[in-house]
Amino acid sequence: MGMTMTQKILAKHAGLDSVEAGQLIEANLDLVLANDITGPVAIGEMEKMDVDCVFCEDKIALVPDHYTPNKDIKSAELYKCVKDFAKANDITNYFETGRVGIEHALLPEKGLVVAGDVVIGADSHTCTYGALGAFSTGVGSTDMAAGMATGQAWFKVPSAIKFNLIGKLNPWVSGKDVILHIIGMIGVDGALYQSMEFVGEGVHSLTMDDRFAMANMAIEAGGKNGIFVVDDKTIEYMEEHSDKEYTVFEPDEDAEYVEEYTIDLSKVKSTVSFPHLPENTHTIDEIDDIKIDQVVIGSCTNGRIQDMREAAKIFEGRKVADGVRCIVFPATQDIYLQCIEEGIMTTFIKAGCAVSTPTCGPCLGGHMGILAKGERAVATTNRNFVGRMGDPESEVYLSSPAVAAASAITGKISGPAELGL
Amino acid sequence: MKAEGKVFKFGDNVDTDVIIPARYLNDPDPKALASHCMEDIDKEFASKVSEGDIIVADKNFGCGSSREHAPISIKACGVSCVIADTFARIFYRNAINIGLPIIECPEAAAGISDGDEVEVDFDTGVIVNKTTGAEFKGQPFPEFMQNIITKGGLVNYINEK
Ligand code: SF4
Repeated sequence: MGMTMTQKILAKHAGLDSVEAGQLIEANLDLVLANDITGPVAIGEMEKMDVDCVFCEDKIALVPDHYTPNKDIKSAELYKCVKDFAKANDITNYFETGRVGIEHALLPEKGLVVAGDVVIGADSHTCTYGALGAFSTGVGSTDMAAGMATGQAWFKVPSAIKFNLIGKLNPWVSGKDVILHIIGMIGVDGALYQSMEFVGEGVHSLTMDDRFAMANMAIEAGGKNGIFVVDDKTIEYMEEHSDKEYTVFEPDEDAEYVEEYTIDLSKVKSTVSFPHLPENTHTIDEIDDIKIDQVVIGSCTNGRIQDMREAAKIFEGRKVADGVRCIVFPATQDIYLQCIEEGIMTTFIKAGCAVSTPTCGPCLGGHMGILAKGERAVATTNRNFVGRMGDPESEVYLSSPAVAAASAITGKISGPAELGL
Repeated sequence: MKAEGKVFKFGDNVDTDVIIPARYLNDPDPKALASHCMEDIDKEFASKVSEGDIIVADKNFGCGSSREHAPISIKACGVSCVIADTFARIFYRNAINIGLPIIECPEAAAGISDGDEVEVDFDTGVIVNKTTGAEFKGQPFPEFMQNIITKGGLVNYINEK
């Protein structure tokens, strides 16, 4: 029987000719990732193992991005734990504040992941790298510790759902809207334990930043990973960012998919997820007046340059509404710098936005933009769970950068159309 | 091995942000985490729960972030077992890796209410609702995971390799 992209990558890394769904395998890892929250727990677990050093100092990435710059004494201790470990083990890919960015934007940008890789990360949005045609998935700290010690992890080979993309997106509609639309359709456990494989001619019209946003949220449908076919845009991206050798895996003609969906990109509308689950989706044209207190534009889902440009086009010559705070956080230092060079930063500041250094900050309710009881935010992040951005009685609505920026200007949830765009 | 205790019942999609909110992740000490366990869904949970108690939930328990702090906080509260209709996959892995017993059993999730007294036999997978007398058969772990659990978690499994 044929294999899916994910199954082929896993087979190769387990040294097998073929694998099938449900099979338990041990696979070799190309990269093992942790951050300042999960890293210290993993380091503690690794210390209990009978190993003296990590399996390979070049294949571990330690990215203290969640509370950066350290928000309090306790988070400073976490940071220091990661830093000391990186130094003691000569970890090549450790990133200090000032060079750090949000892990899932940073690793592809630094060329640390390419097509055909197997990556685990002690962070659930590790699935982002599927945009590059890699198998990547989130694990916990103990799995991460085992990965750092041995360079291997166990997996149950997943079955898969196929998303056949056709058509082209309309203006102001982006990858974020597509993935919110899909999660609304299949639910937050619609792809539980499975891979979500994105194929079809529609893929080619999507930018890499669209694809990163989509693969990023596979976990929000319960997926083990989300993965895209590799095309010219993927290859161009990898050649620009990486020296690593890549391998392209195509799904077999007779690969088995548990379910198949066709998504016509031209029919996808701007989509917003209402509290408190990403599956509570509504298209922008069916939303009544919902007043907001805060807008957050950034994160590992939508903190990339395309997202910044899209938001800036809307802010150009306009102002954030009275009574609304708008916080923009570009995902990496390179993106931040690009915003300055392109004049986008000026647009944000003139519009009345607060621009933050790259950090996870408000996305997980860590710092830099916490909501009070009863407050409501529109955010380009990926989770709107109870208490995610602050008080348990606050609310988060998930959207694309275009909708978030338009909402900041009107003070209520709005699409660019409401501004005549 | 058996567990017996009073049930705290939760619904669908209990996520790791409500199990242990990110604002408390700056202190990974299990006792500190336990004191905030489930706080955003049930403010009194940490003070009401006692040693051996059991959590029963519906679909997709533990969805969301990969934070191992979530099963750690539940275990450190004294909870002896989590039974759910389904678990989110990272939570499932993490629970096994840190030694928090979990059982997937849709029938038990549907047939057990808040406050019931429940007994779980991990060797047979049999779950008995002592309040109603109903009996359910839970999904046993695949052999590979059983191996990790009997060795006392992933750390020992690696050490013995
Ligand atoms: S930006 Fe948000 S979702 Fe992404 S890694 Fe950071 S906390 Fe997690």
